Amino acid sequence: MNQSSFSVESAAGSRSRFAGFRLLVPGLLWTIVFCLLPMIVVLAVSFATRGTYGGVVWEFSLDNYRDLLHPLYGRIFGQSLLMAGMTTGLCLALGFPLAYYIARLPPRRQALWLVLIMIPFWTNFLVRTYAWIFILRTEGLLNTVLIQLHLISTPLDLLYSNQAVLLGLAYGYLPFMVLPLYAAIERVDPALIEAARDLYADRWSLFRRVLLPLTKPGMIAGCVLVFIPSLGAFLTPDLLGGARSMMVGNLIQHEYLVARDWPLGSALSLVLMLMVMGSLLWYFRAQAPQAGAGGGR
Amino acid sequence: MWLRGISGLSLAFLYLPIIVLVVFSFNASRLSAVWQGFSWHWYGVLRHDEALLAAAANSLWVAALSTSIVVLLGVPAAMGLERLRGRGRRSLETIFLLPLVLPEVMMGVALLLFFVMIRWPLSLATVVIGHAAFNLPVVIVMVRARLQKLDPRLEEAARDLGASAWQTFCRITWPLVRPAVLGAALLAFTISLDDFIVTFFVAGPGSTTLPLRVYSMIKSGISPEINALSSVLVLSSMGLVGLSLAFQRR
Amino acid sequence: MADLSIDMRALVKRHGATLAVDHVSLKIRRGEFFSLLGPSGAGKTSLLRMLAGFETPDAGDILIDGQSMAGVPPNRRPVNLVFQSYALFPHMSVAENVAFGLQMKRVPRAEVAERVGATLELVRLSEKRDRMPGQLSGGEQQRVALARALINRPAVVLLDEPLAALDQQLRQQMQIELKAIQAQVGITFVCVTHHQEEALALSDRLAVMQQGRVMQVGRPEDLYERPENLFVARFVGVSNEVRGTLADVQAGEGSLLPNEVSLSRGIRVPVRAGLQSGIQVVMTVRPERIRVIPGHVTGADMNCLHGVVETMRYIGSEWQGVVRIGESVRWTIHASNATSGSRPVALGAPVSLQWNPGDGVVIPLT
Repeated sequence: MNQSSFSVESAAGSRSRFAGFRLLVPGLLWTIVFCLLPMIVVLAVSFATRGTYGGVVWEFSLDNYRDLLHPLYGRIFGQSLLMAGMTTGLCLALGFPLAYYIARLPPRRQALWLVLIMIPFWTNFLVRTYAWIFILRTEGLLNTVLIQLHLISTPLDLLYSNQAVLLGLAYGYLPFMVLPLYAAIERVDPALIEAARDLYADRWSLFRRVLLPLTKPGMIAGCVLVFIPSLGAFLTPDLLGGARSMMVGNLIQHEYLVARDWPLGSALSLVLMLMVMGSLLWYFRAQAPQAGAGGGR
Repeated sequence: MWLRGISGLSLAFLYLPIIVLVVFSFNASRLSAVWQGFSWHWYGVLRHDEALLAAAANSLWVAALSTSIVVLLGVPAAMGLERLRGRGRRSLETIFLLPLVLPEVMMGVALLLFFVMIRWPLSLATVVIGHAAFNLPVVIVMVRARLQKLDPRLEEAARDLGASAWQTFCRITWPLVRPAVLGAALLAFTISLDDFIVTFFVAGPGSTTLPLRVYSMIKSGISPEINALSSVLVLSSMGLVGLSLAFQRR
Repeated sequence: MADLSIDMRALVKRHGATLAVDHVSLKIRRGEFFSLLGPSGAGKTSLLRMLAGFETPDAGDILIDGQSMAGVPPNRRPVNLVFQSYALFPHMSVAENVAFGLQMKRVPRAEVAERVGATLELVRLSEKRDRMPGQLSGGEQQRVALARALINRPAVVLLDEPLAALDQQLRQQMQIELKAIQAQVGITFVCVTHHQEEALALSDRLAVMQQGRVMQVGRPEDLYERPENLFVARFVGVSNEVRGTLADVQAGEGSLLPNEVSLSRGIRVPVRAGLQSGIQVVMTVRPERIRVIPGHVTGADMNCLHGVVETMRYIGSEWQGVVRIGESVRWTIHASNATSGSRPVALGAPVSLQWNPGDGVVIPLT
């Protein structure tokens, strides 16, 4: 009895492993066909040439990548990196105090605040960006209120600028910064903070010498979660930005749908992809050595 | 404490645009930013905007279809990933989670090229496929999270008591995983309803979804009708997410 | 008073509806090793945290070296706290942890290095200066926490259950070390503990607290030998009690007529000033002051009670047991093995308990 049930067990064990794999297959196929394959197509097309009326001519060429070295594109790459970087910085500056505050609330209030922070995020991004147009335009809410309060006499030119894009991006991705920060701060032993204060640390030293090192993994996670989507932003610069606020996302769209230069657009996409991958790699490498120095309880 | 002040301000900052939109959707004036009395007028305009209603219907169809696909593919995938041990698991996880890391622009563009290459004409179907592609990891992640909290011994106990794999799933696993699946489905539905970028690239002519319509409305000029529309969208998103959270709480 | 290190005046602290600290006034002298002893919920931790500045009193004031601490945040007080969990910064080495307070006060680097070296010497952790806290044992972590506080030469060092996390053997060793270090540096130490033996061993003076109030303050011997109320009598040692009426009070002596035990004559007790005949009192006497004699004997100048052995436990150096006197009075006795060949009494055997009248303490029942 024992012998046979044993072999049934092991057969069932290997069967369940197979069964596990079989369950995966449909989803896997879907992802491969509609995600992986398209990416490979993009890779391939990036080495091809533009046809006369758009379309693709399959001649291998590195021209697209060479074209990207042109300073015009370089400026847009630089601007995208800068905008993404500033957005990340802004989110960090706003997000850290907020996350710190929430982490020190009693547990039930913490849950409430976290939900409150996530709710705007789940509403339509398009709609929220439109809201900023409504507020910032020359006949918009902000100017109207300021004029009615006699604080200014001519409307401020706030929309269609880099600053507006920055605002829109920071607004959209702030929750992404707050959540990992909150998780990291929450894990820090409150006794450590008291100990630092007991040892004469002022607020800034407390942050720099104790909180910062101990929440670094969370900070990096938050930064990556904000930086990457900001890098590939399309809607925000498109709606809130001026003629000179073009970012990589807009450029890609332009090449594909306006200039119909798919190979160039694909090359652009790949460069964007590389920038994203680079950030991710840096994130993973920064995570690894933190394994030892956790929050220490 | 000053910390409280900053946090309150940040929260207000997060909600300001939304509140402004909702409030001004009731503005009787055409010149949006000056308040000239309360009115339901723009909601009325909304109701009679044919193009908008058609786009809304499209969005709902797309969302429903893509969510169904994603649940049918994602739940088994999550279970499969959980059961798998060994090296293969890591690489499979990476493949499944790939869409989450890709910038949306890239996905949109890649899908566009792909459909062109295989000569599949753009239409609502392609939109459904696109949505299903980037929503799949969402469902997988959420269902897996619930599965991981499941005591593996429950399934073992069922098998020990003679249940087959299918029976175990139906009577034990599914009831326990169902809240997470429902929550994930609601989330995928919401994301699909709201999606712009991927849709922008892969929608065919005449297959307008609501976000696409809103985008062209915004581009062609400000109208308080957009405020009204925005309020409706915002409140329904919040409602859907609230539901999703409520399901998850169970 | 110039040599007062800490002057606590009528401190009150509420946590919600509960009164955690109830109008506590204490004076602690410079260079003292002072303990706050009491069960959990006694308010001693609240008091400590108010001294450190992490909690603000609802009423009352704290003066340290004559300066009021009202409104002074923790990082500006001349006080350092050794946390119960040590709270060592996990991302800093031992030396960096110890140096932290000095760095916050912008002490020049050369001086910091020198003082870190000296303090690590003091706690005998010089070889471990570059280790991380996670690599240290419990006792070593505790010494780092102590060093981190001492190096700042504060007016007061506060210790929150410092030895709680250590095992028995290590604990006793650390008690000796702690006392020695304190004597060497001469800084006022205020220690919170619920461990009665430890408080007695370490302190120059201690305060016993219960439910937010100070029940008695004094030197260890004073509290042990002359408890002023039943709580202290029972908390700081074993209390063998008998209730009764006080009678024949004259010239510092009196007679106790027990309520529940019938005696031929009253128990002779010392009576302090202010107590009069006729009141209800409790007399308490420590087990080690009682001599256990088998059988039924009477002693002329010793007090004597007769009872029956209920339980007996051999713990090596002595026999511990419970003797039932009368119907309901039970006394704990320690019968030492001091002379070889001495045997304890058997279960159920009648015994006589004798003690010197001067060893009894009379506590009035309010």
